[in-house]
Amino acid sequence: MIKTLKLSGVAAAALIAAGAANAQDVECPIKVGVLHSLSGTMAISETTLKDTMLMLIEKQNADGGLLGCELEAVVKDPASDWPLFAEKARELISNDEVDVTFGSWTSASRKAVLPVLEELNALYFYPVQYEGEESSKNVFYTGAAPNQQAIPATDYFLDELGVEKFALLGTDYVYPRTTNNILESYLKSKGIAEEDIFVNYTPFGHSDWSTIVSDVVALGEDGKQVGVISTINGDANIGFYKELAAQGISADDIPVVAFSVGEEELSGLDTSNLVGHLAAWNYFMTAESEANDEFIAAWHEFIGDEARVTNDPMEAHYIGFNMWVNAVEAAGTTDVDAVREAMWGQEFPNLTGGTAVMGVNHHLSKPVLIGEIRADGMFDIISSTEPVPGDAWTDYLPESAPLKSDWKELECGMYNTETSTCVQLKSNY
Amino acid sequence: MTRTFLTQNRSVFWFLLALGIFALIVTVLSEAAGNGMISTSFVKTLGKTLCLMLVAVAMDVVWGYTGILSLGHMAFFGLGGYMIGMWLMYARTEIIVTESLLAAAIPPTPQEIHDSIGTQIFGVVGSSEFPAVWIFAHSFWLQIAMVVLVPGLLALVFGWLAFRSRVTGVYLSILTQAMTLALSLYLFQNESGLRGNNGLSGLQNLPGLDDVPQATLSIAFFWASAVALGLGYVLFAWVTSGKFGSVIRGIRDNESRVRFLGYHVEGYKLFVFTLTGIVAGIAGALYYPQAGIINPNEIAPIASIYLAVWVAIGGRGRLYGAALGAAFVSLLSSWFTSGAVPSVPLGFYTIQWTDWWLVLLGVSFVAVTLLAPKGIGGLFDLVTTRHPVPERIGDFGPDKGARRTVEGEEEK
Amino acid sequence: MLRALFLALALILGLCLPASRAVAQDAGQDLQAILQTHAEEVASPGRRSVGTVIDALTASGLPGVPLFLERWADRSVYQRSGDGLFYYAEKQGNEYALSDIATGEAAGTAPASEMTEIRPNGGVRRVIGTALVQFQLSDPDIARRTAALDAISRSPEADQLEPLRNSIEGETDAGLLARKERLVGMLAARYGDTQEARIAAIEALSDAIAVDVRAVLNQILTTRPGVAAELPEGANIARTLTPGDDLTEAEAYAQLVEAGLAPAAQTPAQIKAALTDNIDGGSVGGVPIGQLATEAGRDRAYAALADAGTVPARVTEDDVETALASHVFYEEYTESDSAITDAAREALDEIETRVALNQALDLGLDALSLASIYFLAAIGLAITFGVMGVINMAHGEFIMMGAYTGYVVQQIIPDYTLSLIVALPLAFAVTFGAGVAMERLVIRWLYHRPLETLLATFGISIALQQLAKNIFGTQARPLTSPSWLDGAWVINDVVSIANIRIAIFVLALIFLGLILFVLNKTRLGLEVRAVTQNPGMAASMGINPDKINMLTFGLGSGIAGIAGVAIGLYAKVTSEMGADYIVQSFMTVVVGGVGNVWGTLAGAGLIGILQKGIEFFNPSNTLAAQTYMILFIILFIQFRPKGIVALKGRAAGD
Repeated sequence: MIKTLKLSGVAAAALIAAGAANAQDVECPIKVGVLHSLSGTMAISETTLKDTMLMLIEKQNADGGLLGCELEAVVKDPASDWPLFAEKARELISNDEVDVTFGSWTSASRKAVLPVLEELNALYFYPVQYEGEESSKNVFYTGAAPNQQAIPATDYFLDELGVEKFALLGTDYVYPRTTNNILESYLKSKGIAEEDIFVNYTPFGHSDWSTIVSDVVALGEDGKQVGVISTINGDANIGFYKELAAQGISADDIPVVAFSVGEEELSGLDTSNLVGHLAAWNYFMTAESEANDEFIAAWHEFIGDEARVTNDPMEAHYIGFNMWVNAVEAAGTTDVDAVREAMWGQEFPNLTGGTAVMGVNHHLSKPVLIGEIRADGMFDIISSTEPVPGDAWTDYLPESAPLKSDWKELECGMYNTETSTCVQLKSNY
Repeated sequence: MTRTFLTQNRSVFWFLLALGIFALIVTVLSEAAGNGMISTSFVKTLGKTLCLMLVAVAMDVVWGYTGILSLGHMAFFGLGGYMIGMWLMYARTEIIVTESLLAAAIPPTPQEIHDSIGTQIFGVVGSSEFPAVWIFAHSFWLQIAMVVLVPGLLALVFGWLAFRSRVTGVYLSILTQAMTLALSLYLFQNESGLRGNNGLSGLQNLPGLDDVPQATLSIAFFWASAVALGLGYVLFAWVTSGKFGSVIRGIRDNESRVRFLGYHVEGYKLFVFTLTGIVAGIAGALYYPQAGIINPNEIAPIASIYLAVWVAIGGRGRLYGAALGAAFVSLLSSWFTSGAVPSVPLGFYTIQWTDWWLVLLGVSFVAVTLLAPKGIGGLFDLVTTRHPVPERIGDFGPDKGARRTVEGEEEK
Repeated sequence: MLRALFLALALILGLCLPASRAVAQDAGQDLQAILQTHAEEVASPGRRSVGTVIDALTASGLPGVPLFLERWADRSVYQRSGDGLFYYAEKQGNEYALSDIATGEAAGTAPASEMTEIRPNGGVRRVIGTALVQFQLSDPDIARRTAALDAISRSPEADQLEPLRNSIEGETDAGLLARKERLVGMLAARYGDTQEARIAAIEALSDAIAVDVRAVLNQILTTRPGVAAELPEGANIARTLTPGDDLTEAEAYAQLVEAGLAPAAQTPAQIKAALTDNIDGGSVGGVPIGQLATEAGRDRAYAALADAGTVPARVTEDDVETALASHVFYEEYTESDSAITDAAREALDEIETRVALNQALDLGLDALSLASIYFLAAIGLAITFGVMGVINMAHGEFIMMGAYTGYVVQQIIPDYTLSLIVALPLAFAVTFGAGVAMERLVIRWLYHRPLETLLATFGISIALQQLAKNIFGTQARPLTSPSWLDGAWVINDVVSIANIRIAIFVLALIFLGLILFVLNKTRLGLEVRAVTQNPGMAASMGINPDKINMLTFGLGSGIAGIAGVAIGLYAKVTSEMGADYIVQSFMTVVVGGVGNVWGTLAGAGLIGILQKGIEFFNPSNTLAAQTYMILFIILFIQFRPKGIVALKGRAAGD
């Protein structure tokens, strides 16, 4: 790694000499901050994203860098500690003077970084599906908003599986809380009675699932089709799915759709008893496209392990990084405001086919896929929609229904269309 | 009194002097002074470290002087942070909301303002109602009082229950650990009304001070932390000197004997426990506005264990040792996780410090405990004429006992 | 398998139709033709629209239809992109071997890129399953008959009653026969022809407790809310509701508004909007805007507007109360026959009492299982901490080491049963070694500084955790239980427990016995107890305390390793799994009473039962259960500082 950087440093010097004209207002090298936890509880998910970023940067450098400059990754380890995210973000922006940062997994860590970004006017790419209700001037959300994952999955439950009674199981933190709130409100608007919605929250890493799974089974006692919408996070899924399998609950009896279970999580367990359960994402490793095959091959080569899987947040970084590269090229500078403006309407092909478009509310427009778990831990894509534009403020909660984000025309991330005022320019952390 | 106090505690003078000089140097070199040798983020780190030093000094009084190994003092630290955080969030949101509502055609009622603040703060966790615990959040002074009262009361009640039933030693440690675990689990729940896992955030933006750059704010907080540390140091030096200090050291060394001498041991312990709890709360209230966010993870049991480790590495039974230990380990930790430490290529394997730092830290705990029980503070004994802390002679442990060949000596 | 099935089917066809060959050939054309007319729906079916295809297929009466439906649901139907024809296909390398839809004869091969697998989703599969019922009920293959019954119990329909009844006669399998009879009973209760038949069927159901039986009864007892000036005549009323008790006044009023029996009440937001709409040069209804910053001011302005007729009059609380008082709220059965609903209610009440009892039993089993997991995690600690007084914060990491040992063994020995048999002793050996090493290198220097063992072992704990991350990565690793541990012991539809949990329970029992035996009946146990109680005296008696301490610590650590394998099997294997158990384990030991294995058992039992008990009262929040459990433990220790089983003498000392 170090070697390649050094070598390409030489190449960069040559490039600078050649392209001095168009690199006038760019300081070489262009620095890219990577702020993913490499230790602590979130390392399990975030280390992969750090590696993805290093791979993308390496590839970009091999392709000749950006604006005649070499890209340099600055990696920090916020150790799954939310205050450390704020501290490291400040270090990245003010000490290392990075031009853009890719980072965070949990919402709490993103919210910790937000005030620093807005204060120092920096650029940040957030790659994970999240609960919405936010649109910061300085953040581009390349993961799914609720209307790009939760709502279509719920529609699939209602229309395709005929589910009449819902168990919303989640880990107790902000993403499941807000998502379940939105879903409850959405389900009620679809005519599901309040007593037909069972909500349960468990702590991180929960492992004793027998009672909860029995409770879910007992929901079927009034003859309605029961379905589980799971926002269970990380390791806790392993115990949950093992218990499902142990109690012999097949996807035909009680289907489970998960929003936080991807290829990476399934690699931690034997999926032969889970065949047919579902997950909703914007990307699955089994997506059939040339770009995806290339991406997977590049990933395997970079990481040196054929068994490693790819997942949705990796695609989000892939799209986000390439869009940023194109935006910088379009703007001719790495200046934050110029790049932000160039980002609006930026297009880049998805790995699943089709094109992702960055909206003026800083959310992507992407197709929604539903996959069924296979015995080999992969997903069969059984449904995919047209691209859905991400909605920063959900339409299904009364408080946020009138809110809108438009950084281009309205220059506001939280615009109240009823009173026609900008509620606030900076974010509510 | 002052004269004797200072002569008895020469470390106070040197500590305050060093702290003062350090604070001045940092200020001069900071961005706020236009120099910029020390970045704002590093000033914040230093300010936070000062707060950690304060809570470590408090911990030293509890553990090093009184012999209570509390594994729950970070709970008080966190509670202090939560209390100040509630006011910071409320007041900041109030300004935003009032501005936005005043833009509407009809002026808002106080109830509307209150409700909108609720929606803004709790929208993140899918609620809009103000829980009862926020009752004082609108008032700065009431909430400041809570910074002292809430940790103090918790320490008082918990300490009273625990000491009354004579829970001591390891059991007390586990009990305090259970306390901090219960508190963090409680706060993790949304029902607790403090935004669950998300915690309180954006605390570095002081309400009404939007125009003041963070460079200036960080120096202000740095100084506030330095002053708090200085005062706390003097307070604890005073507490641990004199007769009171002798009694608590007596409790540490042999609780029963002190009790038989007629001292009300429980009262002394409770006082120390509560006082240090309050100081920890104040330290937390200064720490979290600099950190910017507080969430229940901050008071998970591991945080308090780290606190004990800092004190152990710094050297128990001397206040400056605890302070140095906290500074040393937390700054080192920050340095190693920053990715700035060069990797060590071994040919067959490259040691990336982000991967190996915790291993190094863990091994050094063991090494310090085994080889240098006096910690970093012990180094000062080499250069000062100060009487070393007398060796405590306990029993020789079950591994030796009667197999010893010479009475009272280690078997070779 | 499929080929055999097909042969069987062909045989039947052959018996029925002498000229089957030719007919099947023709039919084959037709089947493909039918599919082609609905090609799009066949290729990407949806639950709501697939009915047309299925109707067309079943209506055609073609012999190939059942097999096609089955394979369609199984995802072995493919579409060729070139001509859009459907084939059964099997993957062979990079190619698919095709066989004809109707005849099953080989139809050549096609490259993988040309064939698209058709993937009906779960909803469609259920519709197909229902359609297949009529073909499968009397099928000679027992798997198909079972599938048919599964389909019926998933989506019972009225027209399944007759075919099901008719199929009972020919049923040879006793298990399926019983199931068929039960299903007939359930269908009869809902869709029976006469009142008597239905009541009889309902009464026959009252001795079951299965979820699907309750579902049938609950379906019969479905109610809908109603509101009217007085109770309607002739309606089958379930109960009348009193606003304020059975439903809140706001809900009741909302119901009135919905039924069009009362005007909607204005919300504060609506009032504000109405006021905003009627701003008239600095004032609203004569009230200056400045005064609208209070509720009173707004009320006045709104009243003025209402008087002027610009906005509807405000609905006051008195209005609401009068409206509520003059209406009656009730729930009405959708089933009009009260004799049937009464019978169903009676049957359901009877069932529910039994279900409640069984649920308590199930909860008890869960609590027992949780207790045995806590016990297993804590029993090693009961030895190192309880007997020796060493606070080993790295105990959790020994559990983790055991689990990773299990994982590594499974990588080498692919047979799950064999690998488990190897892993258990190996995990013991590995952690025994680690424990002995730790005792020799670190802990023995610290016996007279018990609080400092806490620090040193904590250091070891974080080092081991990070080491595990560096070696095994941060992802969770799979540790799969052998198939005989999969599944659950199902006593009835309510009470069941996973086999793996039973295994853990048994393991915990074995260890309890083993430890008790070692401590009380062996020479080693005698020496351990001697060294614990008085090391000096024990040493004088010729016991080597060093050796005993080393062995005891090794034993405690080794048991943690085995616990790790067990916990890894039922939960997960990550570098942080130990940290999840360490605090709980310490509390188990302390609550139970230090220095006593029975105490640990009691502690684990108390904590397990308590946690499940609290969870039962607040099922939607597991975190609260843990919080209150710890609070309870803190209080418990206040009143019984020595734990449930208190020791006397030196061991109880410090």
